[in-house]
Amino acid sequence: MFDKEKMSELARREAEWDEEVVQEWIKRVPERMERFSTSSGFEKRRLYTPNDVVGMDYQESLGFPGGYPFTRGLHATMYRGRLWTMRQFSGFGTAGESNRRFKYLLDEGETGLSVAFDFPTILGYDSDHPLSVGEVGVCGVAVSSLKDMEILFGGIPLDKVSTSMTINGPASVLLAMYTALGDAQGVPRDGLRGTTQNDMLKEFFAQNLCIFPPGPSVKLVTDIVEFCTRELPQWNPVSISGYHIREAGSTALQELAFTLANGVTYVESALERGLNVDDFAPRLSFFFAAHNDILEEVAKFRAARRIWAKLMKERFGARESRSMWMRMHVQTSGCALTAQQPVNNVIRVTMQTLAAVLGGAQSIHTNSFDEALALPSERAVRTALRTQQIVAHESGVADTIDPLGGAFSVEALTDEMEEGFWGYLDRIEKMGGVVRCIETGFFQREIADSSYEWQKEVERNERVVVGVNEYTSGDDWIPTRLLRVKQEAMGEQIEAVKRLKANRDKGKAQGALDRLRGDVEKDANLMPAIVEAVKAYITVGEVCDLFREMYGDYQELIVI
Amino acid sequence: MKVERKIRVLVAKPGLDSHDRGAKVVARALRDGGMEVIYTGLRQTPEQIVSAALQEDVDVLALSILSGAHLTLVPAVTQLMKERGLDDVLVLAGGVIPEEDLQILEEHGVAGIFGPGTPTGEIIEYIKGKLAERAGA
Repeated sequence: MFDKEKMSELARREAEWDEEVVQEWIKRVPERMERFSTSSGFEKRRLYTPNDVVGMDYQESLGFPGGYPFTRGLHATMYRGRLWTMRQFSGFGTAGESNRRFKYLLDEGETGLSVAFDFPTILGYDSDHPLSVGEVGVCGVAVSSLKDMEILFGGIPLDKVSTSMTINGPASVLLAMYTALGDAQGVPRDGLRGTTQNDMLKEFFAQNLCIFPPGPSVKLVTDIVEFCTRELPQWNPVSISGYHIREAGSTALQELAFTLANGVTYVESALERGLNVDDFAPRLSFFFAAHNDILEEVAKFRAARRIWAKLMKERFGARESRSMWMRMHVQTSGCALTAQQPVNNVIRVTMQTLAAVLGGAQSIHTNSFDEALALPSERAVRTALRTQQIVAHESGVADTIDPLGGAFSVEALTDEMEEGFWGYLDRIEKMGGVVRCIETGFFQREIADSSYEWQKEVERNERVVVGVNEYTSGDDWIPTRLLRVKQEAMGEQIEAVKRLKANRDKGKAQGALDRLRGDVEKDANLMPAIVEAVKAYITVGEVCDLFREMYGDYQELIVI
Repeated sequence: MKVERKIRVLVAKPGLDSHDRGAKVVARALRDGGMEVIYTGLRQTPEQIVSAALQEDVDVLALSILSGAHLTLVPAVTQLMKERGLDDVLVLAGGVIPEEDLQILEEHGVAGIFGPGTPTGEIIEYIKGKLAERAGA
């Protein structure tokens, strides 16, 4: 791309500039740090020039938006045509309370729903289980049976919204409920749009919400991929997630590398199942974090798109463009928010949103500024949504496709990210693949080390966190209207689940459960039997109990 | 020569909460700070935690909760501790705990509460100071 002679002339000039100008300058004005680095440990150079991207072949490395390798974006006109989906993750308390919150968000202009479930639901326990005490409806909405789902989506036509469900271990059960709800509303199955997170692998080393061991977990993920490929063509069966890996303390590069390694594992599993790559790959979606370091994050998003396109095309032989698309949802970083001077978080969220938009995200969730203190209040949720709207309509960054593309720094960082990825993938595969690395604690150790290192850097003041280790004076304005979940309402939920179990058609319920057990024994795809079971009001806990009995419980590998 | 016993700490995650980043960082920092640290892993019932504290003969129990269930779980743990005669164990809590709940937890026997952003050195100093104070008393 660059003229060789001119480049060596440039290199000579740069060396000259460094020696004569920079070194002199530094003598008078020392730099703030000896070494500037990204979270991934890459050294940030003082200045980037064409010499840092001298090997770049424009067409090969970047291409045009909407074309291979999609570095600059998935769509021909990106946000000039349609803005990203503003999708705020929400859900708390009873299904009725969450239903009201959904309607509020839809009225406020949100374009997609996103459901947070409470811990009991996520871990496959009903609201009336002894382990659920004190946790029902606390971190998300309690859904034990199809009855709760009917209330949760009451008055919301499923053919008019797209719904993202953050659920992993019991993803098959919740997706079955959504399917059943669609059937009841008369919505054809190919009209259901949404996403189940259904990414079990990262649970074992990042989010830690595991129910069954890795083997059966990957089987269930693959059942959903197969079911969606055949029955729910507009549903994204898996959202391969780096968000939790990052929040657990990884660097940006580890987030990228471990997420894509998980993605490779799911693709291999689906191929082993006999699916055709171009039949399921277009529906695989991704979920990343956006942290504060804007350039590093943008480089991560761009590199991720390019790597996935290469993997799908070159390694898995995909032919359709859509199979090579890495569609990504991005959430701003929860762990970057501080409990100290919480209003400052509004600014952090803004930077992170900018990174996501400059990185070409398809949908974004912005965190609320009070999240380090409690569940977000309605006021803070509104500010978070407004942040996206301000970036969309007032910042101007959405008007040009990949506006940072071509910046020497961003291209150099993008290349470094990609190189770092291939290094990690190679290591992981040499160690026996993702499942093996989970069993040996490789990912767990990598993340724990990075997270500890970060903490130490903050404590040594090598990383400034405003309001935490610097600039700590001033008013600590604490929002007072924090959201509280009333435990009385939860008592009603617990009773309702007990009543449901006592009053449903027992013969039908038992029959459906028996069929499911039979399908587990036959190692069949379990989705059709689960759909039948939830229609008979078999609960999340009952399906998961059956699986726990047949597949076993996962025992956490403790790595500090 | 008097051999000084290392301070023994149980870092525990009660309830269904899966956020373990803070617990792991604190566990490692306390260990680097010269203490003997046992980490329970995730999803421990109050019963399991108190049994572990008893068995491991710990001086300090550090509970990490980010799920919002602290008002249910912490009193359950401290109540059991009282019943088992573990009154002398220093109980700490960390995580996302709203300011208005601090007093309630203190009334239930929690000595120190450390929110997000607390330097680990501060927790180490606090533990050493408190234990020395108790030993001197």
